[in-house]
Amino acid sequence: MVTPEHITTVVIGAGHAGLAASHFLSARAIDHVVLERGEVANSWRRERWDSLRLLTPNWQSRLPGHHYGGPDPDGYMTMGEVVEFIDHFATGMPVRTGTTVTSVRRTDDGYQVTTDAGEIRCRTVVIASGACNLPAVPALRQAIPDTVEQITPFDYRGPSSLPDGGVLVVGASATGVQLAAELARSGRPVTISTGEHVRLPRLYRGRDVLWWMDAAGVWDQRYDQVPDLTRARRLASPQLAGTPDRTTLDINALTDLGVELVGRSAAVRDGEMLFSGGLRAVISLADLKMERLLNTFDEWAAASGADVKPSERFEPTRVPKSTRLRLDLRGGEIRTVVWATGFRPDYSWLDVPVVDEKGHLNHDGGVVESPGLYALGLPVLRRRKSTFIHGIEDDAREVIDHLAVYVGAHAASE
Amino acid sequence: MTAIDSIDNGVNVQALLDAREALKGAPEAAQFTWRATTKWENGVHTSTTVKDFFGLGEERSHKAEHSFTADHPEVFAAEDNGITPIEYLLVGLASCLTAGVASVAQNRGIQLRSVEATVEGAHDIRGILGADSDVRNGYNGVKVSFNIDADASKEDIEALVAQSQKRSAVFDALTNPTDVTVEVV
Repeated sequence: MVTPEHITTVVIGAGHAGLAASHFLSARAIDHVVLERGEVANSWRRERWDSLRLLTPNWQSRLPGHHYGGPDPDGYMTMGEVVEFIDHFATGMPVRTGTTVTSVRRTDDGYQVTTDAGEIRCRTVVIASGACNLPAVPALRQAIPDTVEQITPFDYRGPSSLPDGGVLVVGASATGVQLAAELARSGRPVTISTGEHVRLPRLYRGRDVLWWMDAAGVWDQRYDQVPDLTRARRLASPQLAGTPDRTTLDINALTDLGVELVGRSAAVRDGEMLFSGGLRAVISLADLKMERLLNTFDEWAAASGADVKPSERFEPTRVPKSTRLRLDLRGGEIRTVVWATGFRPDYSWLDVPVVDEKGHLNHDGGVVESPGLYALGLPVLRRRKSTFIHGIEDDAREVIDHLAVYVGAHAASE
Repeated sequence: MTAIDSIDNGVNVQALLDAREALKGAPEAAQFTWRATTKWENGVHTSTTVKDFFGLGEERSHKAEHSFTADHPEVFAAEDNGITPIEYLLVGLASCLTAGVASVAQNRGIQLRSVEATVEGAHDIRGILGADSDVRNGYNGVKVSFNIDADASKEDIEALVAQSQKRSAVFDALTNPTDVTVEVV
């Protein structure tokens, strides 16, 4: 039998989160390895559609000791540019690509990590495998007639990958609004079904809305100060797109593109999709919440004397006088349903009982319930900005600080 | 038509059939608006009155104003002055379906001796408490059981109940989406 390799820390995933962990582990001279099933920044390479750009402006794309230095600070990186940016950050880091973790188990003094390339024994594990490994699709997908094609964002590359004809996009978070806009521009009739969503303008008072999130301190709000952490961690991504013209992509923008608006998809019955009649409620909630956020920005701007343009307000979301409550999926009007209904992490390989009944990891600011097990890169892990690229630095530093203390105490007790 | 003439469930089917014919050519007269006005009393206790409605082209009134008290039971830390709002949905559904059974039976010449509907709504209250965002606020399911004594076969009675659902306003309102607008005036 081959003796398993021994190492202090195994980091799972070589995306920006795992690499940031590696950065701080190296700074503390903790021996470690970063295991990656594919290549560095694999999800950005393989699991995104062609036109996608980062939601955050270039100047905000920063990793520990690594900044955007290009000519367009206000632009948004293409996927190729993101891959290049993360690849560059990974230079010199102990990354093993093409190594898939198949199991993580607790041992007496740490963890046993099994991969398709062998076994590793370690004291600590940092889970940085991402929050969006699988598309989350509601059960009503099973009732969709066979004549309608169903796809998730993982299958989508561009409009040409869909059959001609009408498209129903279910979900109006960042993914849903972006795909709806792109499909409408391709000439297809598009209907978008929306439940609760987060409306944001791309620019506010002359600045990127994500500049405001940063400057006004919204993004730095800590996980232990967020009033409803469960809700904050489940919040859908905002209606934003990173486009060269820096335009807003909210429901009004979709309406201008000819996209039809319907309520939340409630059920499929006899081949018909039924939509909630509560559309106006979710629309007015989103408008009110955006208004509240803009008020927060205004208050901060007044108090700080920030150099910004005058306050502005946006047109309320237009809702047609009557929207369709049902849509016949058998009539040929809709050829494709796009499930833009969110993503979920995949912990099927994690054989430690730290995943709740909804498939989420039990952790306190990235410190998982099982000693020596850590997580990075999950929504509101330690701050509201946790899942954004620039949000990883503070989280990774603090989580690795905790890990270092644990490893030190562990070593001293031996 | 002898069967219809000889039985009496107390439903004036002829008037309804006449109305159906008359309104086929006058859709505007068929537009009704039902109204209720709710006043907050205290806590989760409310009082609702129903009197006026619009129909057949003009403002109309019930013979008397009816009042409905809603509250929540003591296990909800409330005073239990009345039934809960979601129980009123059961009241509406069961009374609508039962009225439908009587009307259809009259039309089909079936004499009813007794009709009892029992309705149950399964409700996971974690939804309204915000304890789990995957749990819906409303009923997860509603079950209606009819116990009908009538001069008819089991099949005919089942057909009555089926037709009653087909023409029920409340059954439709509960089982199909409805556009609801809520505003502050």
